[in-house]
Amino acid sequence: MSEVKIFVPAPDRSPPSNTLGPVAWLRENLFGSISSSIATLLFFYLCFSYLPPFVDWAFIKANWTGTDRSVCEANAAGACWTFINVRLEQILFGLYFASKPEELWRPTLIFVLFFALLLPLLFERTPGKKWLSIALLGVFPVVFYFVVYGGSFGIPQSNTTQWGGFLLTFALAFVGILLALPIGILLALGRRSEMPVIRSICVIYIEFWRGTPLITILFMASVMLPLFFPAGVEFDKVVRAMIGITMFQSAYTAEAVRGGLAAIPKGQAEAAMALGLGYWRRTVLITLPQALKISIPSIVNTFIALFKDTSLVSIIGLLDLLNMAQTAARSVEWKGYDIEGYLFAGFIYWAFCYGMSRYSQNLEHKLDTNRRN
Amino acid sequence: MTTDIHMASAELGDTIIKIDELNKWYGQFHVLKDINLDVKRGERIVICGPSGSGKSTLIRCINRLETHQEGSIVVDGIELTEDTKHINEIRREVGMVFQHFNLFPHLTVLENCTLAPIWVRKAPKREAEETAMRYLERVKIPEQANKYPGQLSGGQQQRVAIARSLCMNPRVMLFDEPTSALDPEMIAEVLDVMVGLAEDGMTMLCVTHEMGFARKVANRVIFMDGGQIVEQNEPEEFFNNPQNDRTELFLSQILQH
Ligand SMILES: Nc1ncnc2c1ncn2[C@@H]1O[C@H](COP(=O)(O)OP(=O)(O)O)[C@@H](O)[C@H]1O
Ligand SMILES: [Mg+2]
Repeated sequence: MSEVKIFVPAPDRSPPSNTLGPVAWLRENLFGSISSSIATLLFFYLCFSYLPPFVDWAFIKANWTGTDRSVCEANAAGACWTFINVRLEQILFGLYFASKPEELWRPTLIFVLFFALLLPLLFERTPGKKWLSIALLGVFPVVFYFVVYGGSFGIPQSNTTQWGGFLLTFALAFVGILLALPIGILLALGRRSEMPVIRSICVIYIEFWRGTPLITILFMASVMLPLFFPAGVEFDKVVRAMIGITMFQSAYTAEAVRGGLAAIPKGQAEAAMALGLGYWRRTVLITLPQALKISIPSIVNTFIALFKDTSLVSIIGLLDLLNMAQTAARSVEWKGYDIEGYLFAGFIYWAFCYGMSRYSQNLEHKLDTNRRN
Repeated sequence: MTTDIHMASAELGDTIIKIDELNKWYGQFHVLKDINLDVKRGERIVICGPSGSGKSTLIRCINRLETHQEGSIVVDGIELTEDTKHINEIRREVGMVFQHFNLFPHLTVLENCTLAPIWVRKAPKREAEETAMRYLERVKIPEQANKYPGQLSGGQQQRVAIARSLCMNPRVMLFDEPTSALDPEMIAEVLDVMVGLAEDGMTMLCVTHEMGFARKVANRVIFMDGGQIVEQNEPEEFFNNPQNDRTELFLSQILQH
């Protein structure tokens, strides 16, 4: 018998040097092909021709201080951020709070509280996240009601028809998101139910609200809803908008969640069944957590869309962030500074939507238990 | 057709599963035909047969992952009916191991094992974890307890799946081709665990084509084709002296290589 050979693994070597370093990176990523080179050159050309004038106008030559338009008129080559500065309360908190300096603490407190609860949640290592989440989703809306709406504890009741600006955008989006998620989950589960009646109800609900544009829903909520109630019953405009938005949003959330549920292999529910777990335990412990994880990107997509769509409430005469910025830019004192108004409103929309999008990416990464580490 | 089986092992107890004249259809397709099967406590049964012959459907009827239209199935004295309470009672006592493991990917190995004891048996968390660790040691992977299933090899995942079932302290274990999705070098580690279970007297129904395993642990081998039980016998007789030409053909096909 011949002697058995001993297997010796070959040592690892480093990759050839022409695939490493910045030059190799440039060649591979920016000038890899003719079309890629053209795109790269075009991109840099556009950047260099449009970015400097914009930066010049928006920052370097811009007017930041002052209390009226004379400052901006004296220096017309720069943006007039003075306008935003002077009308900040109106654009952020709406006419009611902007006209009552002694009540400004109310919206201010609300946003300070909101960020104080939200920011720690974004960091991985914050202790007591569960309580923070409960405070944000359960306690915060109640505080919002008592502080912003008022009417008790000696806080004067605010007039909701005069709510506006970012405060209104925020209130509509927050309520829409908060209520649409649980309703949407139930609708998605119902749509996959084995009971035909429940399934049909959910399908009809989802398809009805999904097939109707939000602007129509808001319009109907404002014009048609009062027709169904006796003349004396006065329905708050903001509440009507919130109801319409929640109905609409829950249909979209339901479809996003359904997509996630459909992606969970049947074996998951079967394994849970085989262990003796009933429908609700199976759903809450096994299928739903996995489905929600998969649908985070599409759920957040619907949230982002909703956040921006709140500006449609102008159709029922409510002045949200965008419309308030526009209104301010059309006032006698600040006529002609629309661009600054739109840019500011656009920046706030962008900051919030980008924040949501980044957070969802983090969440996805954190929940990805399939990665090997 | 079916020969009366000589029960060599005197340690077998009373009947734990009784299947009578079972018939099942998928729409128009008659998938199980007149199945009669009695399983005694402590018995180890291996079910084999060509793909599509209804093996999975049969064992999935036992814990009602599939419903049947005719005949009766009685498990541990409880008849399987529409009644969900009875179904869950039976599922608690009957463990199942799947071809594709079906571990819960969002839970750690330990959480996979403690989930059902905590939520179904209402065991205290501490106690459930101790039991889980005991079974994880038994399947030889206690050190993986805090990993996620996605971080384990196929063989390890299947062993976790077995431990997860055992944590419910079942009276019967069903195995549906537990090694078919595994790389060859991992099959042995799973079969070892199953042999250990058999030695401890667990009642087992295994759908498998691992004939070495069948010879070693089975009291009875059942051959199915076309939704019927074609032949059943003690392993030695079954392999050496098949009574039916269909069985003979099947055995020659799988033992050829
Ligand atoms: N849910 C189902 N609907 C319709 N036909 C099915 C379903 N599940 C299995 N079948 C069919 O029933 C037959 C038996 O399936 P199965 O019990 O899985 O066979 P085996 O496990 O022996 O390979 C196959 O022909 C399969 O195609
Ligand atoms: Mg099968």
